[in-house]
Formats: sequence, C-alpha cells, structure tokens
Amino acid sequence: MTQIAAVTDQITERLIPFPAPHFLSAGDLTPPAAQALLDVADIFVDLNRLAASQGGKTLDLLAGRTVVNIFFENSTRTSSSFEIAAKRLGADVVTMPVQASSVAKGETLIDTAVTLNAMKPDILVIRHGASGAAALLSQKVGCAVVNAGDGRHEHPTQALLDLLSLRRAFGDVGGLTVAICGDIAHSRVARSNVALLSMMGARVRLIGPPTLVPGDADRWGCEVFHDMREGLQGCDVVMMLRLQLERMEGALVPSTREYFRFWGLDREKLAWARPGAKVMHPGPMNRGVEIDSDVADDLSVSLIQDQVEMGVAARMAVLASLWARGGSVH
Amino acid sequence: MTDTITLFADARLVDPATDRDGCATVAVQHGRIIEVAFESGFTTDLGTDFEIIDCDGLCLAPGLIDIRVKTGEPGFEPKETLKSASLSAAAGGVTTIVIQPDTDPAVDDPAMVDFIQRRGAALNLVNVFAAGAATRNRDGQRMAEIGLMHEAGALYFTDGDRVIANSRTLQRVMSYAAAFNALIACRPSDPWLSDGGVATSGELATRLGLSGVPAIAERIQLDRDLALVEQTGARFLIDQISTADALDSLARARSKGLEVAASVSINHLCFNEIDIGDYRTFYRLDPPLRPESDRQALIEAVRDGLIDIITSAHAPLPAEDKRRPFAEAAPGAIGLETLLAATLTLHHEDGLPLLDVLRPLTQGPAALLGLDSGVLEPGAPADLVLFDPDAPVVIDAATLKSKSKNSPFDGRRLQGKVIGTWVGGRKVF
Repeated sequence: MTQIAAVTDQITERLIPFPAPHFLSAGDLTPPAAQALLDVADIFVDLNRLAASQGGKTLDLLAGRTVVNIFFENSTRTSSSFEIAAKRLGADVVTMPVQASSVAKGETLIDTAVTLNAMKPDILVIRHGASGAAALLSQKVGCAVVNAGDGRHEHPTQALLDLLSLRRAFGDVGGLTVAICGDIAHSRVARSNVALLSMMGARVRLIGPPTLVPGDADRWGCEVFHDMREGLQGCDVVMMLRLQLERMEGALVPSTREYFRFWGLDREKLAWARPGAKVMHPGPMNRGVEIDSDVADDLSVSLIQDQVEMGVAARMAVLASLWARGGSVH
Repeated sequence: MTDTITLFADARLVDPATDRDGCATVAVQHGRIIEVAFESGFTTDLGTDFEIIDCDGLCLAPGLIDIRVKTGEPGFEPKETLKSASLSAAAGGVTTIVIQPDTDPAVDDPAMVDFIQRRGAALNLVNVFAAGAATRNRDGQRMAEIGLMHEAGALYFTDGDRVIANSRTLQRVMSYAAAFNALIACRPSDPWLSDGGVATSGELATRLGLSGVPAIAERIQLDRDLALVEQTGARFLIDQISTADALDSLARARSKGLEVAASVSINHLCFNEIDIGDYRTFYRLDPPLRPESDRQALIEAVRDGLIDIITSAHAPLPAEDKRRPFAEAAPGAIGLETLLAATLTLHHEDGLPLLDVLRPLTQGPAALLGLDSGVLEPGAPADLVLFDPDAPVVIDAATLKSKSKNSPFDGRRLQGKVIGTWVGGRKVF
C-alpha cells in the first residue's frame, strides 16, 4: 500500500461529519468534534510534510468537488491556505478576489450568492468585511459555507489552527492560561479564540488598552487586564493581535511607539509570563508595533511559523469533515 | 548638601493637611522637614550646626501649589518664561507650579514634558511640573501620548482652554487614561454656546453691548463630561468651575459617588461681572466674570469643600493683547504673585478660617496630583511660605515679577504679605 493510500485509510477511519451544516463560528464546534478534527488535522500535517518522492501530498477525498473561495477583503495567507488545503484534498478550486469580481460593479452580496449558487459549488469559503456576511450567505446557498473571517465577528478556522498549534506544543490545551493581547475590540481572531479556547478548557485573559478592549469583555468569561505585567503573570501562551494602523487616527491609541512601549511584546514583557511560554500571532505582523522581531523570530518561543503550517492542515480537516457531512467520502 | 539644621522658631504653623493651626517650631534638614513641634515638645538634637529663623509669630504654611500656570516658553517668550514665572511664584509663596501645555510647540509628547521639567529644575527656584496635552497639538481629534508623558512625569492631561468638543474623542481619552490612572482635566464650556462671547449673558452684558456667553454653557458641557467620567471611570478634574449651576452638577456627581475634583480660579472668587463695567480689559477673562450670586456660591463651595483647588489661572499677556477694545482683548490675567493675598480675602472678608482658605492651595492639589508636598510633617519636602496674614498691601502691577503686567488686582488693597519662600529648605524669596 502506498503512503497516500495508508493516509486515506487512517482519515476515513477517523473523519467525523462536521457537527453543523456550515462552519460560521467557533460555537459550531463541540469539544469532541474539535478534538476529532484536530486528530485528523494531525494526520494531514504528516501528509503535508511528505516529499514528492514519497508519493506526493494530494488525496482524492474531494475529487470532482468544487470549492469556491470568495474573498471580499485582501488576504494572502488565508486565501492561499484554503486554496492549498482544497487542492491537497483533490478538489477543484476557484479563488475569486474582490477586485476581479462583479462586486466591484455594484452587485450585492446576495446577488453574488445567488449567482455562485447557480454554479453549484460544493463548499463556499468566504471572507467579508461585514460581520454576519458569512451567515447571510449561508442562508442563500445550497452548499456548505466556511467563514474565513467576517468583519470583527469571527474567524473560526484561525481559532482551530491555533488550537492545533497549541495542542501540538503542549499536548493538551485544558488548563493552559492563554493571554490574548492587543486590539481585542476589532479582532475576529480574538472572538473565535475566546470561544474555542474556553470551550476546550483553557483560561483566557484579554490584555490591551481600555480603548481596544470592549468594556463588557469580562462577561465573555475572560479576565481583563490593561497592564501587560499584571496580565502576563503566569501565562503559558501569549497570543498577540495585529494593530491596524488606522487605529491611530481614531483617538484609540496615540502612537505606535507608545503602543509598543506598553503593549508591544518584547523580551522584557515576555519574561513576565511563565518560563517556557509560547508566543503566537495570526499574522501579518507589524514588527516593532505589537511584537518585537527578536521575539517573533525566535523559534524556541515563537509558534508563528507553526501556525501558518497548521493552517493548511486544519482547513483540510474542516473541508473534509464538512464534505463528510454533506456528501460521502470515497 | 550640608548637615545644617534650620529651625523655624516661634511660627504660627498653619497646616490644612494635618488640620493644625498653632504656635510651633519646625526643623528642616537636607531639604526635608525633620520635626514639627508644638509647645515645648522639641526633641531634635541640634548639635552645633544649626541656624534659627525667627518667625516672630507670623504664619508658616506649606508652600502653595498652583496647578494652572501658563508661560510662553517655548514659543511666546515675550509673555513669560519659565524663569519669570518661577520668580513670580517664589515671590508669591508658590513653591510648585504646573505648566499648561498650550506652548508652541504644545506639550504633547514625552520630550516636551522632559524639556519643561528640566528647564524648570535648572532654574533652581520652585518645583516646575508639566501638564501634558490630552490630544496631539491640542487639536481635539487625535489622542496625545498620554502613557509616555505620564511616565515622563506629566502630572495631568488637558487641552487647556480648548474644549474637546468631540465626545467620542474625549470618551476614548478618558478611557485610555484610566489604564495609567492618569488624571484628565477639562474646561466645562460648550464651544458653540460660548463662541464669540466675552461676558456672561445678562442685563449687564446687554447694557454694555458685549456679546454674551450664557451661563448654562458651563453646565451643559460639565454634564457631558461627568457622564463620560461615570462611563469610563477616569480620574477627572473640572478645570475652572465658575457658575452656581455647574456647582449643582458637581454636587450631584459627588453624591453619586463619582470621584471628580474641581478647581476655581482666584479671579472668580474675588471679582464679579460688575468689574467689567468700565471695560477694563484686565477683567476680560475666560470663563468671563459672573454675577455676584455665582461668586458667593463659589466661596460657599470652597468653604464646604466642594471645590478642592484654587488656582491663579496665571495667563500672562503682553500689553498689545490687552490694550484693545474689551471684546478684542485677549482673555486672561496673571496671578501667581498675588495668589496668596487674594485668597486671604476669603479669610478677611468672607470669614473663612485660615485653614480652609489654605487647603485648596496646598493639601487639595497635592492630594489630587499625588505630590508629597503640601503638608508640614516630618519627611515632607521643606517647601514653606512664611507670611503676615494681616499686613496691608497695595498691588502695583508694574512691580510684579511677571514679564506681563495684566493683573486685575492692580491698584487693589489686599491684606497678606509673603515674608519668605523656601523650596526644599532653600530660600528662594
């Protein structure tokens, strides 16, 4: 049996149907479903590391199926990660960036949905700047929809890939203390991670300036801190968020240098966390604003490279599992 | 520094922070107070190296702290420099001044805070601190580097006379500042209602033919500010409250448990709108002078502690800005050097106890700004003023040390004369 065939067997054995018809938010998962997805994703990680000489990396789990990536916001890593994931599963992939689409000509999101639906895709992956856009689309199409980021609402596959990186680094996520730092208020990554990490038994803290942490965030079941020293005390994981530079203009933060001084992660601040703490960032990074290169590039503490690698595997698991719910796996 | 002990003997010690008013001896060494002894309880071993200053029964109080001082350095040096302001302060018994950020460039980054404080310290006169701008270049739009300025030693954050009209900006400034427990100060004045006005709206302004600012402009803005304080939990100072209406708002906020401080300018305690009757531009102030009923309400508010702080609202302006028709003259008055004597009118004319009159000039601002001065206790810095509370003086603006002479007290007869001022045990006046 070739390695590819062996991998396919392992996967079909473990693959569970996705617990919901769409993957719109971290809340669509359950703890056992998340664990099962991670188990499958682990196999995909190994597969992705195979060299061409060992039989290649492409499976035929989604052979003949069409995955459409529609990205209304600029994205490099997420769109290519989804594209590669779908291709590794053997699907036919169409990626539509917004500039080339008819949205630029004034078509509404619903029009686009109806048009796409008429082309009968099997899975739609959408990123959109408006919160709730993925949910709206899911009501108008006949296939599974994956939310690749909607406004400041959710980015559930990011949370899943973060969970995969953490499980591989720590073994178990339950009991870990994870600090999510920075612009919580505008972050879909933070919302999805708070939901999923809490669901998996991690303790989540939110750290940032009061202007970037929602006033009611403590009711998400997280501890809120405005001081990094206090907040990082005893943390196993420090997850930094990207600071959009336009926040300077809206009187949310005075300047990047002040932000870096008080909330940017450097060696000094990292030392306040538990020894051996790991650093994460969903990317793309503003080096010298929310994170110092010295920390970001140190592979002994940084999981940032891993996160990108895990992205493909986690998304493969999601696509395969969604298809397993809707259609049948060979 | 030498080990010399300085004794202030036979003083009438007046210290609001410890609520003491009585005959005492104060011993000072290495710039700090080492003992305060009443009656015969003096215990310090003087050794041989000491000097005695005979206070002759005059009042010895903590040096005054003036939290609202404008200078023209940098940018408008002909009006006032840090040096001329420091000399005025020393002559007025003021040992700590907080410089307003409305310089050119504005004090809106840590380097400027450092500049003001270093320049002030190099003069070796009084303690000079900076207040930082709350928004960049005081534009009311983009937040200034509050955290970095706070670290650099800025004592509070304010756009000075400019109002942050955009409520969302102020909300964010307040909420951000709360992370550093930094103090925000705002002038309560609705910018649209007060636009173009030079006197308080009313019968007098109408008769004089001057554009009026309705008194409610203050209350309206204050109510907004207080609502934002309630929402954000910011530490807040109401800068220059001046109407009875606004005092009601303040009292309501306090009764709800909001921790807000309030300051009043000495001018609004000493003058009323009748003073603008002959169009004397030295009485052109911002906020404008108010009816007598407001002045009385302000005095009552000082008496019962509703107002925490009295400031000189020192605003030096050269003659060319004042020698104009009333409405065209720039608003503001100098006040550092006359602050003590002017405040003592509350004691002499309005019957407030000396302790209550001095409290908003010493303990009040020290407590709000977290300074270790403003009290006469062992360990506190020896920032002292010795004054004769009863000596009559006639103010002559021409002899004041400020580079600008726009004193509304010019020609006034007051009671209270500064005999000596010490900063960190060093005599500066």
